[in-house]
Amino acid sequence: MIEVRDVTKSFGSQQVLRGVSLDIRRGEAVVIIGRSGGGKSILLKHLIGLLQPDSGIVRVAGEDLARMDERSLLRVRRKFGMLFQMAALFDSLTVDENVGFVLRREGVEPEAEIRRRIGEALDVVELPGIGHKMPSELSGGMRKRVGLARAIVYRPEIFLYDEPTTGLDPIAADNIDRLIRRVWETLHVTSIAVTHDMKSARTISNRILMLHEGRIYSEGPTSDILGSSDPVIHRFVNGISTPQKPE
Amino acid sequence: MLQLGEVSMLLAETARSFRHQRPAWKDFLAQLHFIGVKSQSVVITTGAATGMVLCAQTYLQFHKVKMDTATGAVVSIGMSSELGPVLAALMLTARVGASMTAELGTMKVTEQIDALRALAAHPVDTLVVPRFLALLASAPLLTAESVVVGIFSSKLVGVHLLGIDSAYYQANMERYTDPPDVMTGLIKSFVFAAIIAVVGCHKGLTCQGGAEGVGRATTDAVVAASISILVVNFFLTLFLARMFNG
Repeated sequence: MIEVRDVTKSFGSQQVLRGVSLDIRRGEAVVIIGRSGGGKSILLKHLIGLLQPDSGIVRVAGEDLARMDERSLLRVRRKFGMLFQMAALFDSLTVDENVGFVLRREGVEPEAEIRRRIGEALDVVELPGIGHKMPSELSGGMRKRVGLARAIVYRPEIFLYDEPTTGLDPIAADNIDRLIRRVWETLHVTSIAVTHDMKSARTISNRILMLHEGRIYSEGPTSDILGSSDPVIHRFVNGISTPQKPE
Repeated sequence: MLQLGEVSMLLAETARSFRHQRPAWKDFLAQLHFIGVKSQSVVITTGAATGMVLCAQTYLQFHKVKMDTATGAVVSIGMSSELGPVLAALMLTARVGASMTAELGTMKVTEQIDALRALAAHPVDTLVVPRFLALLASAPLLTAESVVVGIFSSKLVGVHLLGIDSAYYQANMERYTDPPDVMTGLIKSFVFAAIIAVVGCHKGLTCQGGAEGVGRATTDAVVAASISILVVNFFLTLFLARMFNG
């Protein structure tokens, strides 16, 4: 469903992606792990066409995003729902207006149907009755859940999660992980997340890709990667900052 | 030159937007209220202050050569074709252009613009077009308001403070102020409105960094739009003078 071939991306003199290639099949739950600042979020933004590669191919359902202009990309992006790292709720709109943004923009009628779907999405993220609140009145965890509701409400095929648990306490993080897992299982969507939270990766994925030094270093089933004895993967998964000296 | 190219591309994309997407009228009305209604106190004060000062300065010079009653004509022509549109535009740049850049810049650095794009909405359709149209609709009216208040306040100063004969003041003003003077001011206000909207939105949409980046973009927007207005005003004055006077 998503095919990435030899993608490179630089910002000024700093090369972030150095030839990334990966494939994601329909219905998979994939997590991309890697060090902070290693280009995971940059890679995720390439998958939805928010960033264009310097070279290489990003193909979604057979369409090459790198060759499309912003208006053509809008049609492809309709397949995606994305949860941003800080939720990126529109701070001038209420929760209700945020969640119903796409439905109202696409002219879904009647208004009662929009209200029903907003209510349904807020129920899924376990935040009923907060439609009248402004984003500034919500906690970090609630903002992320509203962000998830905003993505669920128009039923996209592919969900992208950018560091879904960053900045949350362990309980709120677990809550978000369970929601992501439930969305993947009940809506039968393709789920792609980037994270450096290994507990989260274990919960929400069935396959892990590791991004290291601008390339996909390794990939495999979640349990294989998390239990890998490869020194680079082992050190990252277990949070070991320097190689251990032999006893 | 690169910035000029980017601003031109944004203007072209704004024009193209009308083919792809109906303007969001609810957003347009909200912007119309913010720009048109809430800017009135600023442009009225500017118009009144300018009219009074211009009247006093003109009178002080004309009085030396016994041409007191021509003061009204000078104020009227100056306000209608030059000072009214330029000063109203500069005040709108400070109040509206800066606000546009700060708002869009904050949306950019908090990923709200990316969220908009991820939700399959074009930022130009959603954010630029309502602001562009609202400025285009508001600026000529605000300019006219500023000019009328300026002329009225100049007459108050001229007649009641400086002792110019009211009938001559009015008669000379009407005699020498022609429709092209008024048209010149209104056409300029349209062009200045487009400059404020496009420069303000461009600086906001291309803003980078955090709070510092938003601050820098806002300053850049006000400086770039103000200088553009002053430069464009000179060429518009020559062009419109030739157009109306043959």
